Amino acid sequence: MKFLQQQMKKMAPLFEKGGKFEKFYPLFEAQESFLFTSASSTTSGAHVRDGADLKRVMMMVVYSLIPATLVAFWNTGAQEIMAATGRTLAFADIDLMDALLRGAWAFLPVYAVTLAVGGILETVFAVIRKHEINEGFLVTSLLFPLVLPPTIPLWQVALGISFGIVIGKEVFGGTGMNILNPALTGRLFLFIAYPGQKSGEDVWVGGADQWVDGFSGATPLAKFYLDGAAALPEMNWWDAFVGVMPGSMGETSALACLIGAAILILTKVGSWRIMLGSVLGLVGMSLLMNALAPSADHYLAVPWQWHLVVGGFAFGTVFMATDPVSATQTNTGKWIYGIFIGLLTVLVRVINPAYPEGMMLAIIFMNVFAPTIDYYVVKSNIKRREKRLGIQ
Amino acid sequence: MELINLALKAIFVENIVLAFFLGMCSFLAVSKKVDTAMGLGLAVTFVLAITTPLNNLVFHYLLKEGALTWMLGDTAQDMDLSFLGFIAYIATIAAMVQIVEMVVEKFSPALYAALGVFLPLIAVNCAILGSSLFMVQREYDLVESTVYGIGSGIGFWMAIVALAAIREKLKYSNVPPGLRGLGITFITTGLMAMGFMIFAGIQL
Repeated sequence: MKFLQQQMKKMAPLFEKGGKFEKFYPLFEAQESFLFTSASSTTSGAHVRDGADLKRVMMMVVYSLIPATLVAFWNTGAQEIMAATGRTLAFADIDLMDALLRGAWAFLPVYAVTLAVGGILETVFAVIRKHEINEGFLVTSLLFPLVLPPTIPLWQVALGISFGIVIGKEVFGGTGMNILNPALTGRLFLFIAYPGQKSGEDVWVGGADQWVDGFSGATPLAKFYLDGAAALPEMNWWDAFVGVMPGSMGETSALACLIGAAILILTKVGSWRIMLGSVLGLVGMSLLMNALAPSADHYLAVPWQWHLVVGGFAFGTVFMATDPVSATQTNTGKWIYGIFIGLLTVLVRVINPAYPEGMMLAIIFMNVFAPTIDYYVVKSNIKRREKRLGIQ
Repeated sequence: MELINLALKAIFVENIVLAFFLGMCSFLAVSKKVDTAMGLGLAVTFVLAITTPLNNLVFHYLLKEGALTWMLGDTAQDMDLSFLGFIAYIATIAAMVQIVEMVVEKFSPALYAALGVFLPLIAVNCAILGSSLFMVQREYDLVESTVYGIGSGIGFWMAIVALAAIREKLKYSNVPPGLRGLGITFITTGLMAMGFMIFAGIQL
């Protein structure tokens, strides 16, 4: 570490103003602040100091994603082994190391492509637009592979992250200025452009060449879609809660997301209002749908505790909806925003036959309306205060 | 129930701006501030709510094949004036917009000034002619076309207010110089349309 620091110090003059590589200062700065802390500090005046700058906040999100990533490794590998053996093994019998390695083999190439392509684009924009590369990119580039199915072709990964980074973030000026969540924008772009490869029965389990006849790797949501609530007895709620289900790599485990949520809420990085709001919205809407269900086997009759654990709801609520940039900023706004996300998710899952999962679309849709919600919350606040003062 | 479905479909599933990309000119031009956008949304909704059923009457009692029999008797049985559709609908719309303009000028001079040239330009807003043409094509009756007109108006209203709120937020963004103004607004509109994909495919 000492050696690295000395090397960095030695190289610093090259990148500073007037140096040989002045143009590439953002690259140098990023490397330095990822590894150490930023060299620049305030020189005059009294300032309120707080450790929670952008760097800390973003790194906290990365830490909170670790449980979900580990489960992603294990579950992706385990699903692949299950597929290869024709679903005869119990999960307890699967070798942990074997599963982890196979999962890593599926996840790491996707992650590497995301980092490489996204990193290059980010650097190009940082150099030309003269802004810094910051840790927000690390969050986006970890979230993005986690919401992809394990069988995704790598060129699609590159395409998706390019769209997310460039159209979702950089054209608005970089971190903190975008209107939609960049990782989700990239995912949604792939979902709309290549619908057959992003959902459906075959995409959720890796190692497709080893498949045996009669095996189906359908996600719980796909089963609900085909059979309605009649599919419930075949599945185990605890399996879905822990995450041993086919699905996008990081999203299957509600448990890992809960741990992440605890870290985010304790460190006050993620908003508990949004998380609680979306859970409430989801529960309320599924109860309403249950009441409307024509028969006990219908999709409308799927109970709320299942909606909570299947698909991307837990992951989306904890890590995507709480994105401080694209979410609402006001406290009342956060409740409204969260509740609508939960409500729309169930609505899309149950009512819209075009998509099996609604979490991603619900978050993007509410991202679009977040500024409107904020605007009217602030407006009504102003009105109320004026009334209190008797101005109006 | 049927009518509620029709309204929901017009507002969300087939949003006139974000699914059909009609009415872009005023959508992009009058969305810099939320208050003005509110005003234009209200005006467009009002005009749509009146012109769509009015054009429905025009179509059924003047233009459709054999529509004039109520006036000219059996001699008009074979008369088909539907080729005059565009002119007739635009005339109705222009007349209505004139009335709206006068009302806005009388009751809200501030809004009138803020909307500027875009208020009379509602007359040539393709969202409004578009709704009339969709109404004819889909063979809505009078009540249905009223609901459809109001629905697409509210859809436009919602979209333009959301865009205006986003643009007020974008004032603090550091958009590349070449994209400032309309460029980023087009991209934003595209992203909003991606968000509205959530409703695509819902069968009502």
